[in-house]
Amino acid sequence: MTADLGGVAAPLKASGSRSSLGQLAAARRATLAEDEALVTKMEATSLNVSYAGRTVVRDVSFPVISNQVTAIIGPSGSGKSSVLRCFNRMNELIPKAVVSGSVRLDDEDIYASGVQVVEVRRRVGLVFQRPNPFPMSIYENVAYGPRRLGERNRARLDEIVERSIRQAALWEEVSDDLRRKSGLALSGGQQQRLCIARVLATEPEVILMDEPASALDPIATLQIEELMRELIEKYTIVIVTHNMQEAARASDHTVFMSMGTDRAGYLVERGPTRQLFSMPTHKLTEDYITGRFG
Amino acid sequence: MSTSTLTAASRLLGRPRFLDRLDLPRRLVTAAAGSMVLIVTLMLGFVAWNGIQIFLTPGSNAGSVFSTAWQPLANPASFGLLPFVTGTLAVTMLAVAISTPLSVGLALFLAEVAPVWARAVVQPALEIFVGIPSVVYGWLGITILVPWLRENFSGVGFTVGFSWLAGSLVLTVMILPTITSIAYDAFRAVPGDLRAASLALGTTRWQTIRHVLLPASAAGVLTAVILGMTRAAGEALAVQMVIGNRPTMPTGLTQPLSTLTSQITLDMGNTVAGEPWNQALWTMSLVLLLIAVGFVLLVRWLNGRRQTF
Repeated sequence: MTADLGGVAAPLKASGSRSSLGQLAAARRATLAEDEALVTKMEATSLNVSYAGRTVVRDVSFPVISNQVTAIIGPSGSGKSSVLRCFNRMNELIPKAVVSGSVRLDDEDIYASGVQVVEVRRRVGLVFQRPNPFPMSIYENVAYGPRRLGERNRARLDEIVERSIRQAALWEEVSDDLRRKSGLALSGGQQQRLCIARVLATEPEVILMDEPASALDPIATLQIEELMRELIEKYTIVIVTHNMQEAARASDHTVFMSMGTDRAGYLVERGPTRQLFSMPTHKLTEDYITGRFG
Repeated sequence: MSTSTLTAASRLLGRPRFLDRLDLPRRLVTAAAGSMVLIVTLMLGFVAWNGIQIFLTPGSNAGSVFSTAWQPLANPASFGLLPFVTGTLAVTMLAVAISTPLSVGLALFLAEVAPVWARAVVQPALEIFVGIPSVVYGWLGITILVPWLRENFSGVGFTVGFSWLAGSLVLTVMILPTITSIAYDAFRAVPGDLRAASLALGTTRWQTIRHVLLPASAAGVLTAVILGMTRAAGEALAVQMVIGNRPTMPTGLTQPLSTLTSQITLDMGNTVAGEPWNQALWTMSLVLLLIAVGFVLLVRWLNGRRQTF
């Protein structure tokens, strides 16, 4: 399936580039061919979310491209997290939440009747805003998912745990104390990477991240961003962030949401990150990314 | 900071006013805490002092305390407390064994499964249950449970209906709301983050309960069970009304028994202060107190273990 991107898909180079229009157009032509290779992994169509009758997300549609990072940005209350949680049906945990529209994963509507929510969440993992390791050892935290999926073989579990922690760039820091040290005894940034490792251990196809760095210091934030760039080799990532620099540095595509007069979030503009940040088509987007509001 | 700002600050703060220096609130709460400690200490001391009197009085046949024969009116009198101690433990343990699965199940239902309206109905109902006076439970036991056992199960040995089982069943109902509400709180105290983290990994609700919720709340649930146990062991009136009050070692569920509490309430009006029988009742109080203290220490120890991870 060819992605409807309407723009370049060139990986982001340096942030804050001031390319001229002409340069951008050239870049666009150069990468049009690459466009053809892009695959839509997930796609939201006419997504509406309401909590207890109050609409918080209205008519949001956008594709998530396979093996890329899609960032959802926007001011507080614009429904970013609500949209994100539709992608693995976590909104269902909130009483009186109603979701309409469709979310497709590999061309299959995850809200269709007969779809097992457990299956959806295994394929689409979620990293939360606040690190939330289980009150267990580091090892057990990571082994939790595979164990619940029925993995009992110790050697295989060991292997999954090591691979996942390595992928999450945490191995050097915790390998000595895997079984003795509690996940809660780690620092905030380490905890968040442990939570990422925990998600990786279940081998999802898509990883959702809900402001994963908002509780972290700048260095830990950079580590998470670097990690994302590495992870897209194998995974597709959707990240919610209120941090412009983070979106600009770490994402390939950006979806900008804002809040309507009725306080419902809607999609203002979306496109390749580089284009959206350098040549926003909406005044609102421009104001937001230049820090005039939000 | 420059010197001038410092002086300005100290001028602003000034000297504390008289009332502030008196610090009345601190003194009041300290006094409250102090008197509480004093009252408890005095009570413990008083019960302990009276409880050991039987061992200090010559000719009281104190050695018989550790026997199984309770014959305060025989000659020589015998004050064996073992039937009551084992009776208390037997009735309590059976009640807790029946009540725990029911209560923990109910607490889990309320905390994890029940829709909001069901929780809104059951929670106040539980609070009302806790507030029902024990004599009402006893009365229901003696007018409904005991005759029912006698009329339907005399074939298996419930010839009088008053029995170990009757006592335990009444206690089961009495401690059910206690265990349920504390276990419920323990479940609710588990951060929603952890539930969400588990569910987001694609686990089922039951897996999340089994592998995240229960381990994380285990100490709290155990606390609930032990507090239920404490309540059961300390209950006097309702038990006394249905248990049959026969000071024998427990051998079967159909058999009338006696417990520390039921025997104390039964006998206390019949004795004269200072006589060995009266002293034996004090010793029973002391034993009961020690059991209660044991339970409390157990709870504290469990709570201390809560944060292993």
